[in-house]
Amino acid sequence: MLDLVWLIPALPLTGFVLILLFGRRLGDPKAGYLATTMVAASFLVTVGVFLELVGLSTEERRHVVTAFSWVPVSSLHVDLAFLADPLSITMCLFVTGIGSLIHLYATGYMHGDPRFSKFFLYLNLFAFSMLMLVLGENLLVTFLGWEGVGACSYFLISFWHERESAATAGKKAFVTNRVGDWGLMMAMFFAFWATNPHTLSYIGINEAAAEGHFSTTTATAIALFAFVGACGKSAQLPLYIWLPDAMEGPTPVSALIHAATMVTAGVFLMVRLNPVLHVSAEYASTIIAVVGAATALFAATVAVAQNDIKKVLAYSTVSQLGYMFLAVGSGAYVAAIFHMVTHAFFKALLFLGSGSVIHGMHHEQDMRRMGALRKVMPVTAITFIIGWLAIAGVPPFAGFWSKDEILLFAYDKSPVLYAVGLVTALLTAYYMTRQVIMVFYGKARWNDAHAEHGAHGDVVEADEHAADGHAADDHAAAHTDDHGHGAHTPHESPWPMLLPLVVLAGLSIVGGFIQLPFATSLHRLEHWLEPVVEEGEHHLSVAADDLKYVLMGIAVAIGLAGISAAVLVYAKHKAKPIEPQILADGWKYDAAISAFMGGPGRAAFDGVAWTDAHVVDGAVNGAGALVKGAASGARKVQSGNVRTYAAGVAVGVVLLLVWFVLLRGVL
Amino acid sequence: MIAAVPTPTTTWYLILSAVLFALGMVGVMIRRNPLVLFMCIELMLNAVNLTFVAFAQRLGDVGGQTTVFFVMVVAAAEVVVGLGIVVAILRRRPSATTDDLAELKG
Repeated sequence: MLDLVWLIPALPLTGFVLILLFGRRLGDPKAGYLATTMVAASFLVTVGVFLELVGLSTEERRHVVTAFSWVPVSSLHVDLAFLADPLSITMCLFVTGIGSLIHLYATGYMHGDPRFSKFFLYLNLFAFSMLMLVLGENLLVTFLGWEGVGACSYFLISFWHERESAATAGKKAFVTNRVGDWGLMMAMFFAFWATNPHTLSYIGINEAAAEGHFSTTTATAIALFAFVGACGKSAQLPLYIWLPDAMEGPTPVSALIHAATMVTAGVFLMVRLNPVLHVSAEYASTIIAVVGAATALFAATVAVAQNDIKKVLAYSTVSQLGYMFLAVGSGAYVAAIFHMVTHAFFKALLFLGSGSVIHGMHHEQDMRRMGALRKVMPVTAITFIIGWLAIAGVPPFAGFWSKDEILLFAYDKSPVLYAVGLVTALLTAYYMTRQVIMVFYGKARWNDAHAEHGAHGDVVEADEHAADGHAADDHAAAHTDDHGHGAHTPHESPWPMLLPLVVLAGLSIVGGFIQLPFATSLHRLEHWLEPVVEEGEHHLSVAADDLKYVLMGIAVAIGLAGISAAVLVYAKHKAKPIEPQILADGWKYDAAISAFMGGPGRAAFDGVAWTDAHVVDGAVNGAGALVKGAASGARKVQSGNVRTYAAGVAVGVVLLLVWFVLLRGVL
Repeated sequence: MIAAVPTPTTTWYLILSAVLFALGMVGVMIRRNPLVLFMCIELMLNAVNLTFVAFAQRLGDVGGQTTVFFVMVVAAAEVVVGLGIVVAILRRRPSATTDDLAELKG
């Protein structure tokens, strides 16, 4: 079974090719079922590989399958090879598992869309790229997947490209990701340059690091450049700006790519290179931890003031990814992967739940026009509430255990980072409670909101709604739904959408049990990941270990405090909501970047463009013109007149004779 | 008694050869008919052949005569190709001179 690991990415690739060839003929919904089947089959293979790996001893849990030699260039030899080890198979398990659930969900969500088969085409291509990314045996295969998921993310964010905002958001994601890709490429170049013999394979790089072949400076450079790449892909400060905008894509995309899988690629990369990070300078991991903590806090504050149901979840994702980097920076790789897995469960659940709400509300995303939906959408409501409890850190739901472990390691690293993590946990509980109350509880606002908007909405708002309404119309026109656009009664979603919700809700409840803090025998994930992280994993100090139950108690108290605060404000109306405009605008960070890049940045780029057009191109065109002029003069010699040529030959002979006989005196 | 006929020396042959070569070269440069051009080239080749034979006789070295055979064979091959081209051109444009055949000029 281990040798079949190549099947894991090959199956979605087959799905991609089949849909490429027959997608239109299969149509809606058969193309969707085909795509789902492929990813589900891939999941079954992954389970098979997983079961075999579990049976092996710690040292044996690493298997390389080489498909073919990809780049054989003298001393550099890169294979297209797959590395099946606990880390890659863990990633594959939830990528294919959650992936197939989301594919199934999408067959319901995208039902009636004019480009239905194209959506699944991209979705399968994404699954393939993501699996290449995690299964790659070397940095180059990972890079292939890395760029592949980036491209699919672009295609899928701007899937409804008729909408100006979706097209722009796609471009923004792509361009921002390029900045991060530069970092990853630099890390690759450094790793290649520093290894002897040159290699890009993870095993080679990590062994070189473990055996001390890297100087501290080199290791730091590789780790920090890889972290720049991770910042781009995993939406950390200062490159997070694309992720909130990426919510323009269809909701299954947000759940799959921008919550569960692709955005965790950065965390995966850092964990993969943990031996390098281990031998790099102390400040490298501190930078990572600080950036992670800062992102977590920053995004959580912004999420508090968002009114778009998906924007809240987007900022929440940025914040949770910050937690994962805080864990990486604290040397808690197991905790990072643990949180990645539980986050994939509950965030995919929350996104799919929000998608179900949006679907039921006929593409309404503003939470101010929802409310009391638990009565009309009971399954969505119950599963969403489970997701909420998981992310808010209420035991025994999944999120509590992983977040608690990260906070424990952060405390060991620095109490300041721990405090930032706690505040973030408080805000997380607060904004998620706010969302649940605004969407599922309180007064039903979906009817009066529309009446109000029709009658006396202010101009700006009315315009905004008109734009939204238009987009929704486009979609709803193709929507073969029984309800017209006029009737705004929310309805529960069909079973292909509810089944994934139920499964994910189950996983969000029990997901935390793969790693429980109570006894060493319960650290199942840690034992499983041991061969991957043994080099870099930080071992808790005794002081922190003793405090573990106290910290756990504090975390529970903080979570409950956040929830009760939100209940008091939004359900009981004991206090007025504090939602400063600056938070709703994301601390004006986006606007500041736009202003800077639109003003001085624009001028600088214009200058560069001018230099390029006049100086660089001038030199190049000048050289070209010179050659062209000389050539057009020289071609006159080719008169086509045979007698002239003959005369030339004769003159040449005479001149040679003169040279040899008279001047050199040959005769 | 008939006056003694002077015995031809190698110089005579070389002078004849130079004259023939000069005739051929001038012909190539001033004539425009492709066929005549061809004959002039043959003239030049045979002038060179004559030089070879003359020197071979004078030096008692058979190498020169061997070279002449090579030149003849190559000339025959050249005639086959060249005449083929000339016939093909004249069949298409009966009155063509070499000056008209300047399609490949730069």
